[in-house]
Amino acid sequence: MWLFAAAAVVIAVAFTAACTGLPDFGTDVHPYGDRAVAAAIRQHTANTVSSVNFDLRAFDTLGEESVLFGAVLGATLLLRLARDEHRDRPEPERVLPATRLFGATLLPVTLLTGGYLVAHGQLSPGGGFQGGVVLATGLHLAYVAADYLVLRQVRPLAVLDATDAVAAGAFTALGLAGLLVSTAFLANFLPLGTFNQLSSGGLVPVVNAAVGIEVASGVIVLLAQFLDQAVEISDAPSARTVFDPQEDE
Amino acid sequence: MGTAATAAALTRDPVRQAAALAMLGLTLALLFTVVQAPDVALSQLGVGTAVTPLLILLTVRKVRRGGTDGQPPPGHSEPGDRQRE
Repeated sequence: MWLFAAAAVVIAVAFTAACTGLPDFGTDVHPYGDRAVAAAIRQHTANTVSSVNFDLRAFDTLGEESVLFGAVLGATLLLRLARDEHRDRPEPERVLPATRLFGATLLPVTLLTGGYLVAHGQLSPGGGFQGGVVLATGLHLAYVAADYLVLRQVRPLAVLDATDAVAAGAFTALGLAGLLVSTAFLANFLPLGTFNQLSSGGLVPVVNAAVGIEVASGVIVLLAQFLDQAVEISDAPSARTVFDPQEDE
Repeated sequence: MGTAATAAALTRDPVRQAAALAMLGLTLALLFTVVQAPDVALSQLGVGTAVTPLLILLTVRKVRRGGTDGQPPPGHSEPGDRQRE
């Protein structure tokens, strides 16, 4: 307790001192922004945010991806089928025609948007994380438009489990490749390409795609654990509650 | 945005809270767009507006179902819950 208090005081003082040296909010002086933009242009990456995330400070992003991976792993472990629970088979459900039309129309649009966001992460706002989340949530329109059985068919959970792990490992593997081929861990060793082309940025689109796949499969697996708990798994063998596919919109 | 945040903090029913949280996420995403941070706005839109309220709703559903599972009339309090969700 005393240790925490002492450390908190030291951090509070140092943090306050550091904050007084920061440039003011809303002014025209952006020392870090200027340097980041210059570095992004040097690395032929049109989207500076992606350049910072996946090139200049890729090690930070590796940590963040590991946090997400760990969270998904923990949720899967905690929400697994316990010994006193059992799995009900979900039954086909009736869906309003308007809802079905809405879901069937928006599902391909959303998946395309997600794919676009991942693929153009090095060029325009977006990237692996945002696109991955859009892909994962978009897939669940299948649940809104149809029912849980259909969602289970379009969602090969075992494959996605493995994909999540492989994509998370691919990030580290790309970093190690940088260590072997070039100078440092996660060094951008690939040819940089032409500025503002889909293939520009060297390692950025590759890492971006790995992150996109990892986030998409991770979020799908995470939601699947929660959906399983909410829809299929129950404690008492006798209770069988029906569910309405539209209520989780 | 302040209104949405206050509403999210003051709401007691978890289901309404999830809806308020989604509204907060939406306004926050708009704010990020206005201050020229579209990347952050997209993340906020995906995670804050869609995934987090969805996880809360699924958890509420599981908890409520668990509470009514062992009682004699299992369907008794369920329709009301479902309407509110």
